Amino acid sequence: MKAFTQHSGIAGPMDRANVDTDMIIPKQFLKSIKRSGFGPNLFDELRYLDEGQPGQDCSHRPVNKDFPLNKPRYAGASILLARKNFGCGSSREHAPWALEDYGFRAIIAPSYADIFYNNCFKNGLLPVILTEQQVDVLFKEMNAVEGYQLTIDLVSQKVIRPNGESFDFEIDAFRKDCLVQGLDEIGLTMQSADAIKDYEKTRQASQPWVFGAIK
Amino acid sequence: MSGKTVYDKLWDSHLVKKNEDGSALIYIDRHILHEVTSPQAFEGLRMAGRKPWRLDTNVATPDHNISTDPAERAAGVAGIPDATSRIQVQTLDDNCDHFGIKEFKMNEMGQGIVHVMGPELGATMPGFTVVCGDSHTATHGALACLAHGIGTSEVEHVLASQCLVTKKMKNMRVTVDGELGAGVTPKDVVLAIIAEIGTAGGNGHAIEFAGSVFREMSIEGRMTVCNMAIEAGARVGLVAVDEKTVDYCKGRQFMPSGELFEQAAEYWRTLVSDADAVFDTEVSIDGNAIAPQVSWGTSPEMVVPVTANIPKVEDQTDEVKQKGVERALEYMGLEGGAPITSVYVDRVFIGSCTNSRIEDMRAAAKIVEGHRVSSSVKQALVVPGSQMVKEQAEAEGLDKIFTAAGLDWREPGCSMCLAMNADKLGAGEHCASTSNRNFEGRQGNGGRTHLMSPEMAAAAAITGHIVDVRTFSGEQS
Repeated sequence: MKAFTQHSGIAGPMDRANVDTDMIIPKQFLKSIKRSGFGPNLFDELRYLDEGQPGQDCSHRPVNKDFPLNKPRYAGASILLARKNFGCGSSREHAPWALEDYGFRAIIAPSYADIFYNNCFKNGLLPVILTEQQVDVLFKEMNAVEGYQLTIDLVSQKVIRPNGESFDFEIDAFRKDCLVQGLDEIGLTMQSADAIKDYEKTRQASQPWVFGAIK
Repeated sequence: MSGKTVYDKLWDSHLVKKNEDGSALIYIDRHILHEVTSPQAFEGLRMAGRKPWRLDTNVATPDHNISTDPAERAAGVAGIPDATSRIQVQTLDDNCDHFGIKEFKMNEMGQGIVHVMGPELGATMPGFTVVCGDSHTATHGALACLAHGIGTSEVEHVLASQCLVTKKMKNMRVTVDGELGAGVTPKDVVLAIIAEIGTAGGNGHAIEFAGSVFREMSIEGRMTVCNMAIEAGARVGLVAVDEKTVDYCKGRQFMPSGELFEQAAEYWRTLVSDADAVFDTEVSIDGNAIAPQVSWGTSPEMVVPVTANIPKVEDQTDEVKQKGVERALEYMGLEGGAPITSVYVDRVFIGSCTNSRIEDMRAAAKIVEGHRVSSSVKQALVVPGSQMVKEQAEAEGLDKIFTAAGLDWREPGCSMCLAMNADKLGAGEHCASTSNRNFEGRQGNGGRTHLMSPEMAAAAAITGHIVDVRTFSGEQS
């Protein structure tokens, strides 16, 4: 997995609460058996004026000019500024895949849906949680200044604004560690293989019906 | 020390290892796979040269993007019209064959929507940890399981190690006491709960549904409720074990039998929250006061009782809510203040992992029997949740009742709940739907979903508009 220590980039808006995973990546694109290539279809129904189909060349599709991320001032945005309960709905990891493939490295919002939040960390995408007031401040500053850039320092857990002031954020030690080092989580778990086998032995003795049912 | 909740007990009994940083390694008893969220996980296993840790824990089936059309279905995988869908279903078959994973293939008895299939085959047992790459996995919590959706990276993680790295959630109890009125169903109960606590109300929590309403409810009804815990933000929803749970489990394909069943049942009966257990969050709702519910907007919290009017923008208290209601009304093409029963429907969908079990089929059939689908309704689909539900419904003659009334009787699958196959809404079309999400575009680009119970959807099919099933007479207006 791609490591994340510090990132600076242009902030782009998704200014509504409860952005769901169907909005992030509509279902027709879930038919792919690959992990990559979802970027052109991120926010597909908001971003384009026609209905997107998998495998299509998106460069010739009619673009919704009113959709904020389509505005030239947010071109190349790599930090998504969002509102509460971002990523609610399905467990599709295609949502963080699409955000990452589009070019986002981090999201800043007051809260996330649990499964989406968890999925981000598996893909080197950092979901930062700030308070609603802090997110408001960032939205206001971003709206006022074209090319508004933020720096996110995961190591010191800070979002640094252009004026040098910063907001601190909280994050689980384990998740931070995996992201900072770009660790392979499965590899880490496999180091506990003996503990897993021991657990299975104990369980087999007390609850034998748990094992061997599916043949 | 205070007592334990069901969730605490499930957590403790699956703890493999606690890490210093607060995370934990949790053992997974049952892993259910489908075609959409598994291909990249199998690919990851292959690339890392890993094998599944255990084979007798996984069970797979295609459900999300298979055709429900009987003729297309009869032609097998080759009959799936969309090439990308066909490849995905074929890939699941190939992966399961390659790794030796038990799969109920598309037209095999046992196949069905993952969350209908698991319990009905007895693959889901009380006291289990159950995961699946699908957010509606909470459904299995109806059997007192710690069940939740996972992403594809975690599907790979579970395949490889039989474990997940996770953190304990908080405990929430939603108590609904009282007695449900006639025409009020488990779907109405859960929609009323979501309307009350909101789509983020359960974030970070495992919800236990408690109180007389759930004790009286059938296991299938409890599945409908737990299924939508995620729509209240909670990954996990569950109901404690009682004799209904034990009875439900008896005789199912993968369940233990004889003495082993009795031994298991003795353990299962301990899966109730202790009287002195403490919940981080408590919510109480009066079951007597719940009316049939209908969603009017684009989030499952945008729900009103069928007797109410669609909300107005100006009645909202804060600016974010006003914006949300305004945008939802615009998308739905509705006017604030109009009665919800004034909404005409273009299509009706009875199905999904929320409401496609035999009790749902019976309830819908009872409403439409002897009536005809309104001429203004373009299509009314009934999609049974599994091959077993379909077989049972046909044995009871329910399919004949549906087709005589002008509804389409289909093959099992997820269908119009998420419209990954050809079953979808056209832009601007309103749908009376028994599914779980009314997000923008969920049932088709530009489609407008109204969530409700099977009874309410069946009644809407006959009258052509949203109607209170309690006063429904079958008259078309």
